[in-house]
Amino acid sequence: MTGRAQKALWTGALAVAAVGYLAPLLFLVAGAFKPDARVLAEAAGWRAVVPVGASLHNFADVFARVPFERYLMNSLWIAAWVVAGGLAVNGLAGYALARLPFPGRRLVLGAVLALLVVPFEAIAVPLFYQMAWLGLRDTYTVQALPFVANAFSVYLFYSFFLNVPRELEEAARVDGAGPLATYLRVVVPGARPVFATVAVLTFLTQWGSFLWPLMVTVGERVRPLPVGLAAFHTLPPRMWGDIFAFCLMTAAPVLALFLLFQRWFVKGAVDSGIKG
Amino acid sequence: MSAGPRSEARAGLWMTLPAAVGLAAFVGVPFALAFALALTDLRLGSPLAPRFVGAANFLGVLADPVFLRALLNNALFAAVVVPVQTGLALALALALDRPLAGMPLFRALFFLPVIFPFVVVAVVWELILAPGPGGPLNALLTLATLGGWQAADFLRDTRLALPSLMLLSVWQGVGFQMVILLAGLQGIPRSLYEAARVDGAGPLARFRHVTLPGLRNTLIFVVTVTAILAFRLFDQVRILTQGGPRDATTTVMYEAVSAAFDRNRVAEGSAMTVVFFVIVLALTAAGRRAVRHAGGR
Repeated sequence: MTGRAQKALWTGALAVAAVGYLAPLLFLVAGAFKPDARVLAEAAGWRAVVPVGASLHNFADVFARVPFERYLMNSLWIAAWVVAGGLAVNGLAGYALARLPFPGRRLVLGAVLALLVVPFEAIAVPLFYQMAWLGLRDTYTVQALPFVANAFSVYLFYSFFLNVPRELEEAARVDGAGPLATYLRVVVPGARPVFATVAVLTFLTQWGSFLWPLMVTVGERVRPLPVGLAAFHTLPPRMWGDIFAFCLMTAAPVLALFLLFQRWFVKGAVDSGIKG
Repeated sequence: MSAGPRSEARAGLWMTLPAAVGLAAFVGVPFALAFALALTDLRLGSPLAPRFVGAANFLGVLADPVFLRALLNNALFAAVVVPVQTGLALALALALDRPLAGMPLFRALFFLPVIFPFVVVAVVWELILAPGPGGPLNALLTLATLGGWQAADFLRDTRLALPSLMLLSVWQGVGFQMVILLAGLQGIPRSLYEAARVDGAGPLARFRHVTLPGLRNTLIFVVTVTAILAFRLFDQVRILTQGGPRDATTTVMYEAVSAAFDRNRVAEGSAMTVVFFVIVLALTAAGRRAVRHAGGR
């Protein structure tokens, strides 16, 4: 067999595997546009992934049955604070730890590295108690504030800045700029890859967050999308077209970001793999 | 003005402060609190002041058959998902690690489920796992076994519920491992393969003597992370089975959250999360040890 035929065969095999593998997502997309009754009725055959009789009816239903726009705004608002706050706070700390000799630096660095081992699940219950004690249940604050400072983000910034050449910064310092001014004017503009990676990772984690908002939110006022979806999917009457439309709209922002910034997603995954 | 060492030290402190305070307040304090609360009899909403009860919560939790079942479920989950997912991810990474025009697209497609929120995936899979011959997975299995498959109620069958959760976790997670392994594969110098080829090594020998040793640390990392993830299992359980049927799918985190949250037993829930953390720590330590042993290569 020639090299080209072999390549074509290999590509074809991969394409078949990819379509099979992604069938659940095709099922989701088709179902979101199909009349409710058809989603379940046609689930068992190839028609499951074909949106026959497609309409936006299910999407309209979602908005009519629950305050979807409220959940969406809540999710966006919380994610915006966590991402923006996280980039600011963790970037500063990562830079200072990598570059500025200050008393206690090694101690802070050691603490950050130690905290990398603590998964959120290990502190969720006491954090819930702590927040209840502070009277912060059912607020945006309780959903965003605990996640702004993030040990893993600090670590990603730290290791990035450690490997950046110092020349530009030293030039700025010679010109009389202080450390903060140097960071903001010289370092940040040159560190786009690490900011993009951290932003994507933070957003992704935050967008899918379920356990914590499930614990700390009560009503619909500050409820984010995953908790809204969990409630919606058991809301009678159960209509799978509506449920899938809700699912698709919940995933849409991350999908759009993925299409636009694919390489930062992959880079984020790989960076999170390098830390071991 | 003056950019001397004194001002650098001061700036360093100020720049670190916000993150340090945040981490101390929202990770450090609750982490310490988990250990402290686990030693009391605190209940949320109870008018009684919490008392110190020593190891009573730990003894109680470790003697609780439901919690032990949860530990067993997590361990089973890890024992199946870790090798299956890693094996599949490695196969995918090897399949994609070649100069094909469509490679970036395929990599993106297999990575796609990773970015979906767990809750969305769980909800979609609830319908895929629907009972009766009309359920997609049932239909597929019937087709694959030429009619030999008896339509099952996956999520309400004590033998099938946990394997169902494993299936959807592998499906969603395999792309993440694949991307990391692919990066690992691309870090192996091509010259090593050439040298092995010159020495007359066939594809299998090259895999054993070049690929596997070159991927060793990446594989250890991927295995450790997946094992830890297996013990963090919560979202899918909450959405799909609520720990049932008959505790067949309950997990450590599910029990911790129901204790603290549904039953207001914060102390008991804290003890469970401490147990959970000890497991995570042990897995992390084992992973790091394995990497160190592989060092010098």
